[in-house]
Amino acid sequence: MGSNSDPVTRIRTSPGTVIATVLGVGVPVAFLAVFFAWPVAAMIGRGFADGLGGFGEVFSRPRTIRLVGLTLGQAALASVVCVMLGLPVAHVLYRLRFRGRAIVRALVILPFVLPTVVVGVAFRTLLRDTPLDGTFAAIMMALVFFNIAVVVRTVGSAWEGLDPRQEDAARVLGASPARVFFTITLPRLGPSIAAAASIVFLFCATAFGVVLVLGGTKFGTIETEIYLLTTQFLDLRAASVLSVTQLVIVVALLAVVGRVRGSTQRRVAAARKPRRTDAAAIVAAILVTAALAIPVLSLVERSLRTSTGYGLANYALLSGTGTRNALVVPVWVALGNSLTTAVQATLIAVIIGVVASLVLSRSPRSPLARRALAAFDGALLLPLGVSAVTVGFGFLITLNQPPLDLRSSPILVPIAQALVALPLVVRTVLPVLRSIDPRLRESAAVLGAAPWRVLRDVDLSIVARPVLAASGFAFAVALGEFGATSFLARPDRPTLPVVIVRLIGLPGGDNLGMAIAASVVLAGVTVAAIALVERLRVDTVGAF
Amino acid sequence: MTLDAEHLTVSYLREKGRSALAIDDVSLSLDAGQVLAVLGPSGSGKSTLLRAIAGLEVLDSTVTGTGRVLWEGVDITAMPVHKRGFALMFQDGQLFAHRSVASNVAYALQIARMPQLEQRDRVAELLALVGLEGFGDRRVTELSGGEQQRVALARALAARPRLLLLDEPLSSLDRELRERLGRDLRRILVETGTTALFVTHDQGEAVLVADRIAIMMDSHLVQIGSAAEVLEAPATPEVERFLGR
Amino acid sequence: MEGTSLKYAIIAGALVLVLAGCSAPSTDTKPLVLVTHDSFALSEGILEQFTEQTGLEVQVQSSGDAGQLVNTLVLTKDSPLGDVVFGIDNTFASRAVENGVLADYSSKDLTSAEDQYLLPEGQGREQLTPIDNGDVCVNVDHEWFAEKGIAEPTSLDDLIKPEYKDLFVTEAANSSSPGLAFLLATIAKYGDDGWQDYWTKLMANGTKVDAGWSDAYYVDFSGPSSEGDRPIVVSYASSPPFEVPEGATVAPTGALLDTCFRQTEYAGVIAGTKNQAGAQKLVDFLFSTTVQNDIPETMYVYPVNAKATLPESFTKFAKIAEDPFVVSPGDIDKNRETWLSQWAAIATP
Repeated sequence: MGSNSDPVTRIRTSPGTVIATVLGVGVPVAFLAVFFAWPVAAMIGRGFADGLGGFGEVFSRPRTIRLVGLTLGQAALASVVCVMLGLPVAHVLYRLRFRGRAIVRALVILPFVLPTVVVGVAFRTLLRDTPLDGTFAAIMMALVFFNIAVVVRTVGSAWEGLDPRQEDAARVLGASPARVFFTITLPRLGPSIAAAASIVFLFCATAFGVVLVLGGTKFGTIETEIYLLTTQFLDLRAASVLSVTQLVIVVALLAVVGRVRGSTQRRVAAARKPRRTDAAAIVAAILVTAALAIPVLSLVERSLRTSTGYGLANYALLSGTGTRNALVVPVWVALGNSLTTAVQATLIAVIIGVVASLVLSRSPRSPLARRALAAFDGALLLPLGVSAVTVGFGFLITLNQPPLDLRSSPILVPIAQALVALPLVVRTVLPVLRSIDPRLRESAAVLGAAPWRVLRDVDLSIVARPVLAASGFAFAVALGEFGATSFLARPDRPTLPVVIVRLIGLPGGDNLGMAIAASVVLAGVTVAAIALVERLRVDTVGAF
Repeated sequence: MTLDAEHLTVSYLREKGRSALAIDDVSLSLDAGQVLAVLGPSGSGKSTLLRAIAGLEVLDSTVTGTGRVLWEGVDITAMPVHKRGFALMFQDGQLFAHRSVASNVAYALQIARMPQLEQRDRVAELLALVGLEGFGDRRVTELSGGEQQRVALARALAARPRLLLLDEPLSSLDRELRERLGRDLRRILVETGTTALFVTHDQGEAVLVADRIAIMMDSHLVQIGSAAEVLEAPATPEVERFLGR
Repeated sequence: MEGTSLKYAIIAGALVLVLAGCSAPSTDTKPLVLVTHDSFALSEGILEQFTEQTGLEVQVQSSGDAGQLVNTLVLTKDSPLGDVVFGIDNTFASRAVENGVLADYSSKDLTSAEDQYLLPEGQGREQLTPIDNGDVCVNVDHEWFAEKGIAEPTSLDDLIKPEYKDLFVTEAANSSSPGLAFLLATIAKYGDDGWQDYWTKLMANGTKVDAGWSDAYYVDFSGPSSEGDRPIVVSYASSPPFEVPEGATVAPTGALLDTCFRQTEYAGVIAGTKNQAGAQKLVDFLFSTTVQNDIPETMYVYPVNAKATLPESFTKFAKIAEDPFVVSPGDIDKNRETWLSQWAAIATP
């Protein structure tokens, strides 16, 4: 029906449009080129300074084959487990209506933004006396803990958009609830499940801290190997070979994601009250949520434990600098630093992300340009799939000449965080922009609105809320980012995750207690930010 | 003539880079205050013709001549959409869901920087004209389909457009409503003396609303004339079949 | 991308940076940049004293852990990241020296009292000034052993005895700096021929290998502030003071001084600095008693300067190994990869 599927182009090429397009494409492309592609390419290039012979050599090492296999295997398995456990939770949190739903939704996403080191210690403390400690199953549990939110949110928001009347029709025709689910609901959720699974796969394939802490030393991934090769052995050749391998896997995966993501209808169906047939899903959801809550609750419990019993002593200590001045600044100051950097990172990610989304939401006339846009769309996700070590070192060897001599500039930390938050912003804003009927813009234009005014009155008015929501999510992610931050932060301005890691790296009961109390504070701020997003009721947030 | 469209040709890219013509060398003219219905089966190119006149499509040049749109003799082909002083109303209204009814109607007035008080009066006047007195503060999402179309019409008429373009404005409504709104539309266009181009696939609607009828078949304009002329003497067997005579 | 749009893009990118509320800091005199690892810390006001004395401001830039620090210097050799480096330890010193990232200078204030910390000639003696040192030792939980009535182990040999089965936890040598130090201690003790055999026995005796220090110490060690049940852990000689409760006179944990590997950290002038004289002054300052007296309380290691004074907690509860194990920096650098892969084959099956 009409214009959406019609291949006729709607864009008139006036000089203004050309300038706007150049700027719109230029800003995000330049950002990614300067702060991502160039550093990563330079770093990989160092490894191939003597040619490409490294591939044969590195792939003849049995260790490499084993690591690549292990990486793919654990990521694949974790994706499957995440989907199986995430589906009932998605159903309950997005299809049913009950008190406290917003809080539970915020809690489910909490693990996604907690610092890995802290979660690692919490997990290991819980698992220590069980046969699971240091096993493959332990890694699997942690990967699922971190990533189940991706499935819940992505599939949940798609589920919310399905017209329930199809299910009703099937039931009237005599299908059992299970049959309805498997023959009607599941196939319709297919694209979102595939998209979520691919993203989980991506996150797991590049997982670092969790694997290192929980896998002990038995299990590695391509990512941990790149880290070891780069930071311990300075074996850049092998690191570059693995980086390229990782990139190839990621790009292949993104191609799959792009193919299955397809068209999404964004129409929110009213949630209904729970019925008896929901019992199985509700029980499963409660079990999964409880399992997610255990590590978090154990953190809270430990933060309240002191040498003299339970109390708030650890929290009181946060105003100081730890046992015998473990820290340069009090934890509250670090929280302030974190908030400042996270705000800057959010601003960068939102500005770039919105501009990129505006460009991506248009369908240009030439097929070549259309293919270029599709490639650009995929490129925006790449930062999630490249090792933080590679990006971090890349920054140091490239951004060293004016006007981009930024190596000692405090702006580097928010930029690194923005790289991680950017894909989340785009994935939140873009679907909304794509769902705008082009004829709405045309109506405004014919009524006399100049192009900039159409942009303001139509596009920006409609995405205002999703943008706000994406900001909250980007903010939370920036707040928890540790990898790149530890690499680039100025020691006199540490962020909260950096301080937590430092505290947990020093002996003494107070330091551990403070580290965990600080993690709970970080978690609290994160939940607050995400709960705020939930209040805005923008349901595509963090959905891929 | 007030509006002259000459040699309008619009091509679009099909998959795999091949192009096809949506409208092929269409020319037509329109007098001030006149309502012309463009009638044709779906896919005949009539909507593209409307969009080409609005300035929403890029015109091609062909052997028969350069595509041009003239307003009172002045070539406005290169004039951007928003400066033409036209208005366009779609089949499904395309209201701004994030604005109230009044603020939708006032949109063109805000762009023209009409003073607030005058805006309020004009909006009230338009809402009365389309039979929606007192609906100003409602959210557009709360309205029925017929009410939404009335708001869309009020919004299109607000800034007294030089030319009103209507793209199947009644098709999404049920029959009874369509007839009533069609009659209202005719009355409003006559009362306001608006020059209008009206696209439809329903000959009843065309007869009801328009002074003249143009028939589009397969990307071409095949006949133009008064309702009686077209209905009584179809130019080709295809037109005759389409009109069901 | 075409040239013009690239130019647009860069301008736009710069605009974004300005929008984000940040611009490169601009000062009249360029501050000295001190490149260090992420455990670097000094009390407030210490670096300001340097500024008062010399008029030079110091900007601290951290770059990951000690290994990342050296690799960063190597990678940025053509466009140095700063003027002075602090935090290169004896396990990475020779990599820094061989890659030529350091200028020749060692503090003129060094005396014969610090000779024991100097690197061998050609392996960093000319470029690196010792600043601090700390021993990585096996720590034991006194209370646990007292309660069980078992004698505490005292040497590396003891750790493979059946009475200490399943009691020992250490860190992975390929992902943890104390883990590597402990491996080097065993290599120094048992030699090239014997260490692998020792590790095989160690693993057979139920040794647990964790990825990092926090994990081993807080999760598996049984000490007062830890959660675990293993009373023997690889940690630092400076760890026991942290476990002493307020007002107590006896430390609940202790370091076994015959199991230690000494990590010494060095400072040096980065080759290519634009301010050679200022950089040398900063190295001297790091060796001065102003910094040296502050080091124990902020970085939990011992100052090397013989004139520095130790805080009470260190003199009372922290002991220092008299004869720690030593492996030369050159050997470490040469064999690191071989040793680690051999170690991994035994310790991480």
